[in-house]
Amino acid sequence: MKDISSAIQVIPLDHYILLSVTLFSIGLLGVLFRRNTIIILMCIELMFNSVNLLVAAFSAYHSDPSGQVFVFFIMIVAAAEVAVGLSILVMMKRNVDSVDINLLNRLKW
Amino acid sequence: MVGSIPFINLAYLVPAFPLLGFLITGLANKRLKHNHAGIIASILISLSFIVSVILFFVLRNSGQDAATITLFNWIAVGNMNIPFAFLIDHLSLTMMLVVTGVGALIHIYSIGYMHGDERVNSFFAQMNLFTFSMLLLVMGANYLVLFIGWEGVGLCSYLLIGFWFKNPAFNYAARKAFIMNRIGDLGFILGIILLFYTFKSVSFSEVFAQASTLKIGTPAITLITLLLLVGAVGKSAQIPLYTWLPDAMAGPTPVSALIHAATMVTAGIYMIARSSILYNLAPVTLNVIIAIGLTTAILAAIIGLKQNDIKKVLAYSTVSQLGYMFLALGLGAYSTAVFHLTTHAFFKALLFLGAGSIIHAMGGEQDIRNMGGLRKKMPITYFTFLAATLAISGIPPFSGFFSKDMILSKAFGNNIILYILALGGALITCFYMFRLLYLVFFGEQRLAGAHPHESPRVMTVPLMILAVLAVFGGFLNIPSLFGGNLSFSTFLQSATFSKVSEEISSSTEIGLILLSMTLLCLVIWLAYHRFVQKAVVPAAEGESMSFFSKLIYNKFYIDEFYAVVFEKPFSSFSNFLFKKVETNVLNPIVDGIGDATSTLGSLTRKLQRGNISFYLFAMVAGILLFIIFILTI
Repeated sequence: MKDISSAIQVIPLDHYILLSVTLFSIGLLGVLFRRNTIIILMCIELMFNSVNLLVAAFSAYHSDPSGQVFVFFIMIVAAAEVAVGLSILVMMKRNVDSVDINLLNRLKW
Repeated sequence: MVGSIPFINLAYLVPAFPLLGFLITGLANKRLKHNHAGIIASILISLSFIVSVILFFVLRNSGQDAATITLFNWIAVGNMNIPFAFLIDHLSLTMMLVVTGVGALIHIYSIGYMHGDERVNSFFAQMNLFTFSMLLLVMGANYLVLFIGWEGVGLCSYLLIGFWFKNPAFNYAARKAFIMNRIGDLGFILGIILLFYTFKSVSFSEVFAQASTLKIGTPAITLITLLLLVGAVGKSAQIPLYTWLPDAMAGPTPVSALIHAATMVTAGIYMIARSSILYNLAPVTLNVIIAIGLTTAILAAIIGLKQNDIKKVLAYSTVSQLGYMFLALGLGAYSTAVFHLTTHAFFKALLFLGAGSIIHAMGGEQDIRNMGGLRKKMPITYFTFLAATLAISGIPPFSGFFSKDMILSKAFGNNIILYILALGGALITCFYMFRLLYLVFFGEQRLAGAHPHESPRVMTVPLMILAVLAVFGGFLNIPSLFGGNLSFSTFLQSATFSKVSEEISSSTEIGLILLSMTLLCLVIWLAYHRFVQKAVVPAAEGESMSFFSKLIYNKFYIDEFYAVVFEKPFSSFSNFLFKKVETNVLNPIVDGIGDATSTLGSLTRKLQRGNISFYLFAMVAGILLFIIFILTI
């Protein structure tokens, strides 16, 4: 634990924050501007992991292991979410023969 | 209550039979053949009567005065606990016997009278529902159950007055009865609420137990009794709420006999007799009752002198007789009032059924100016009608003599002026009844083309039974003057608490009876002289009349007075509300709210067109705004 923490602390905290923000922004823009549902899902994962990275970094810098434990929980939830998202995707492909998210505009009353 | 009485639970059956009859004839309305509904209804009411008779003996053999039987716990909120319970005591038994006994006879009679009517099944369904409600009214062990019955009979009265609803005038009469009763019911329910507020209970036994500890003239009691009196005045057609009863004659004649003569209109008298303990504590209210009763008795009798519709005469006579019962109540002679109620139920039901038989025979003709000479054509109807006329006039030994004479002697014991007025009313009663009798049955037949015939047996047999009751009903309560022991009054002593009046000496009493007999004979002779010997026929429509005749013929213009004082202002106020307030104020507001909502809706619906990219964008934008908001605080 001590070693990993010190290994993480080799790189300054600012760099972690910058990297995370960049990754998060890429993910966010991907979600907003791409139409392919697979890519949107992947972008969501990217946003998740940028947050995970930040949490792990803060955890190391504060010498508080609970942040790293939390990351595991987030990963598990993300895995479940991916399972649901992918199955929706499969059903979508079967029904409308496309993964274009704008074809789902019938999801209204 | 002391231990339970065996077989007392039979009391459930008494209202259950009419309810069953209502369900059968009401639900199988379309399937029942003609006449079957009437037979089913009559059998069930007769069963009710038989059970009532059994109950009478059950209670008598048990040696107890009263029994309460609880069906279920109806309202239990906090410390308020109102069971749905029946009270079987001497007063309610008397009423049950009258309601089911007279009711059964009238149901049987109706089989003949309503034969061939297209809605005959509905008729019997409603009659059964009425009997059920009336039984609830008289059997209820608290004011709320009484109130259910009270409203139920009001509803059935409305339905049955407007039974021939294709005639707009009949519908108008039904509505009039309903609205007039509503005024009374408002007072009644306010009285019950105040009663509950004062005693924290509406059950008879608890209220009376608490009331007996109060002082005479307590303001709360005076107010309660006055409010209950308003209800009784509405239901029992007394001044000022009596005008609905003559109009209620629009209903079929058996309805007039059952509801508007024998039972429903006596509900007010029953209720006051039941609350005798409360009324004894309120001398002011008793004086009001005397004033109302006596005025009604005389005024209605005077109006009856000039009416030409056979049913209208009887209706005013009913109002007048109810006034006598009120007089007796006001004098504190509750059991006398109930006794007159009972004999009145016999002879007035008989008079109405006789009138129905005449109308039936004359093919729907109700105007006595067009009748005459029916004595030979309809002997059974004539003799039964004669018996009832003698009874209502108070000729001994017919039933009306005993009950009316008892009221008169109570009035004499109280105040000589009351006696003179009451006797005057009785003489007028005698005159208009014999006027009716002579005009209908004596002389020559005045309507050409009519072929009157005696009614079928299903109608004449009830007439004969009722005639026996009307003749001998008075022997239930023979005063000590004639060697009797007032068994009826004594029987009611445990349920109603009559004031002890000063006994008038038997020589005075004999003198009074002789006086009234002489005057009655004089009046009968006058009527005979005028309507048989001189064969005077009342003036036809449009013929000139003297001022007083015209005043009486038009019922003192009381309907017109009510129309000007209450109806016109009320309807112009309603019109003002409708034309000005509703169209100019309320409608724009309501429409505006609706329009604004739908405009806003059509604007915002554009946001939700299913475009997921847009949703995501809105979500992110929202979160960003939120973060900026938090950071700037």
